[in-house]
Parts: sequence; structure tokens; C-alpha cells
Amino acid sequence: MKAATIEAPQRYKRYLTWIFFVVLIVVCAIQTDVTPYQLIVGLPQMGTLLAEMVPPDWSYLPTIWKPMVETIQIALVGTMLGGILAIPFALLCAYNVMPNRTVSVPVRLILNLVRTVPDLLFAAIFVAIFGIGPFAGMLAIMFFSFGLIAKLTFEAIESIDPGPLEAMTAVGANKIQLIVFGVLPQAMPHYMSYLLYAFEVNVRAASVLGLVGAGGIGLLLDRSLGLFRYDRAAIIILLTLVIVLVIDYGSTVLRRKLL
Amino acid sequence: MNTLTTKPLWYRIRPWVWIILLIAIYLWAFNGLNFEGVQSTAKSVSLSIIDGFAHPDWDYVYDPEGEDLLRGLLDTLIISILGTFVSAFLCIPFAFWAAANVSRLRAVSGTGKVVLSVIRVFPEMIVAILFIKAVGPGSFAGVLALGVHSIGMLAKLYSESIETIDPGPSEALTAAGASKLQVLWFAVLPQVIPQFLSYSLYRFEINMRSATTLGLVGAGGIGTPLLFALQMRNWNRVGVILLGIIILVVLTDLISGWIRKRIV
Repeated sequence: MKAATIEAPQRYKRYLTWIFFVVLIVVCAIQTDVTPYQLIVGLPQMGTLLAEMVPPDWSYLPTIWKPMVETIQIALVGTMLGGILAIPFALLCAYNVMPNRTVSVPVRLILNLVRTVPDLLFAAIFVAIFGIGPFAGMLAIMFFSFGLIAKLTFEAIESIDPGPLEAMTAVGANKIQLIVFGVLPQAMPHYMSYLLYAFEVNVRAASVLGLVGAGGIGLLLDRSLGLFRYDRAAIIILLTLVIVLVIDYGSTVLRRKLL
Repeated sequence: MNTLTTKPLWYRIRPWVWIILLIAIYLWAFNGLNFEGVQSTAKSVSLSIIDGFAHPDWDYVYDPEGEDLLRGLLDTLIISILGTFVSAFLCIPFAFWAAANVSRLRAVSGTGKVVLSVIRVFPEMIVAILFIKAVGPGSFAGVLALGVHSIGMLAKLYSESIETIDPGPSEALTAAGASKLQVLWFAVLPQVIPQFLSYSLYRFEINMRSATTLGLVGAGGIGTPLLFALQMRNWNRVGVILLGIIILVVLTDLISGWIRKRIV
């Protein structure tokens, strides 16, 4: 009897989900005045903006070269310091290294908190403390990449092969020996790869830090846009794009070699 | 021992070459960041920041008339929902363009992948600034910035999930005489939609974080009052806004993570 009364699967749940979704989007759009009409009105303006960007002001290139280099330097130093700071924290919150939850759980909480703070907010706060300049940007990048690298690394540490660790514990290795000879050799390639990944992200982040006064190319971009020099803004954006593409490509090649 | 010494010279010196190269790069980088020393006001400013964070401006949370924290956070949430929604649809054609198994020509998917990585490397703040110049400051510029910027990553993830689908159903449909559109609708989409949704939710979490700072350049959301508070050195207000951002991000992460677990 059961076989004879096969019913079509209940569909109303799916329909309800879709209706809920559509209502959500419409309510959101109304709340913030985001309408297709605005897009249609705005697109021609976007077109004129893009038209003003060509041809880019190539003579501006020598002026922006130094801030661009500074951007890369901010990202390099920030990534390295953040990465170094991340190691002890990653070890502290990996359950297989630190089985004591009273240590690892609070450390994880701190990491989560650090990761929710936007990088530009870090930059703005450090600008207030240390003044306008690349040092504030470097500190912002450092804290930002610290959260990122620490999280990725502790997940990598937790997924390492437990065999060597058990063997070392069995022959009486202490905690330090366990970390140096058991955990680090396994986690190192992952850590290096995350470091490179963070560097890629940080170059992009550093290129906009200047908007809040934390050094790098962003300051010039902000200034050019404020003066309506879209040809200059175009060359800044182009250069940023090229640098980021080159760094991404190099870092991808290196990462493939590592893993 | 013998085998060790007969290693090619390059393999023996390679680690040292890397280390020297790294040290050189970092010396250069540190030199570039000429650190002028801590300002004389640094201590008092730090103290006032800590004091401000310790005593958040609770009055700002809800203000019946005018700008308040809850309205700013709601705007931020809406910007990221709409931005994710826009990109989740915009990126579908890009995804099929970049997927290697959709078209026979290798060049088609290759160019698609290049276009996507170009979109991906554009910092979203720059996209936001461009849209502000086009449609004026406000939430709409933020939505467009997130919508366009997210295409780069979402379409890449989408195209990867299209590449890994089971070819069986599509072949069966083609054999039974289905048109290309029917194959897409009845064989491809049912396999990829759960993954599409899951990736979109993941991107929503990322967009949530970006949306909190979009306002710093004028693209709506909580970032605008945050910028004012920062400029006026009103650390109590910065503290309460930061607290609001943290709570909002953690909550949306939890909800979106829960939904993602149910989908997949």
C-alpha cells in the first residue's frame, strides 16, 4: 500500500523560502533607496567618468612610483611582523598542541575579535596615535594579517598527522621538543603559503590605507580624485593593478612550489 | 657522506640564496618606512583611546531622530545583503564563461579566467570610490562596489563547481535530444545550485566585513559615522561603533555558517 501512495515531494517549503528571499531583497532595496531606476540614471555618469580617465596621465608615473614602492614596503614589513606574532598564538589555540581549553578558548576568542576589526579602522586608530605616515599603515597591516595568518595556521596545525606527535610523546619529549620537531616541520609549508597569501591580500589593503592617512599610494589617489584629475587617478589605478597582478602571480608560483 | 658532497652546487647554496634575498628585501623595506619616532602626544592619545573604548557612548546606540548606531548597522547589513545578491546573479554568466567544460575552445575559458582575476585584484575601496563618483555618495555606491568586486571571487568559485559536476546527467539529456538550454536547466543547475548558495553565503560574510569600512570613503553604512567620530577624536563613540561592528559580524557569521551547514 505504501508504494502506491508515493506523493510528489512537498514543494511549499521551497516556495516559502523563495518568497521570503524576494521580500527580503525588496525590503532592503526600499530601505536604502537602491532601485534599478538609480542605476539607469547613474550609468551615463559612470560612462563620462570612464571617458575622462582616458588617456591616463603618463607623465604622472614618476611621481607615483615612490608611494607605490612604499605601499609594497608597508605590506612586506606588516606581513612579516604579523606572521611572526601569529606563530605563538596559533600554537596556543591549536587543540592538539594545547589540550588545555582554558588557554586555547580565550586565545581563539581574542583572534576572532581581532579579525572582526576592519583594517582601515586599525589604520585610523594608529594614525591618531603615531601620526600620519607609513608607520601607522604598517602597524594596521601587521594586526590585520596577524588575525588572518594565526587563524589559517592554527587550522593547519590541527590537521597535521598526529603520528609523529604520539611517537615523540611516547619516548618522553617535552612540549618544546614536541613543537620544534613534531609540529613545526609539518606546519611550516602551510604557514609559508599563508604568509604569501596574506602578503597578496596586504598589498591590496595597503594600496587603500592612504585614504585614512596611513601612507602608501591611497593618499595620492584620494587627492587626484578630489581634484577631479581622473587621468591621474586612472594611472594610479593602472599601476596598482599591474603591481598587484605581478605580485599575485609571483606568489602563486612560489606557493605551488611550497605545497 | 659521499652522496651528500656530490649534490650539485646549486642545491647546496639554494637555501642560502633565498635567505640572503629575503634579508635584502626586508632591509630595503624597513629602510623605506622611515619611522620618525613616537609623537609626544602618543601617550595621551593612547590613554584617551583606551578610556573611550572602556566607556562606550551608550546614548548613541538608539536615537529616535537622526543617525544612530542601529540604523548604521542596519544599513551596513543591507548593503552587504544587496551587494551579495547583485553579484550572485551577475557572476553566473562569468562563471559559465570561465568554466573549462562548458565550451570546447580552451581560449574561451582562458580569457574568462583572466578577466576574473583582473576583477579580483581591484581593491574594493577603489571600486567604491569610482561608483561614488558615478552615482553619488550613499548606500547605492556601496552595493554596486560590493556587487562588482565580488564577481571576481564568486565567479571563480562558481566556475570551479561547474567544472566538477557529474557529466552523466548532461550526457543522458543530450542523448535524449534535449536542447542546450534544457541541459543547462535540468542537468547542470540542479547540481551546482547548493554550492552556489553556499559560496554566496561565504561571500556575504566577507562582504559584511568590507561593508563596515565602505563608509570611510563615503559609500554608506556604519563607516560614515565612524569616520566622523574618528575625525572628531570622539573615542567613546568609536568604541561603541566598534562594539556594534564586532557584534554584527559575529552574529552574521554564526547565522550564515549555520545556514551553510544545512545547505551542503
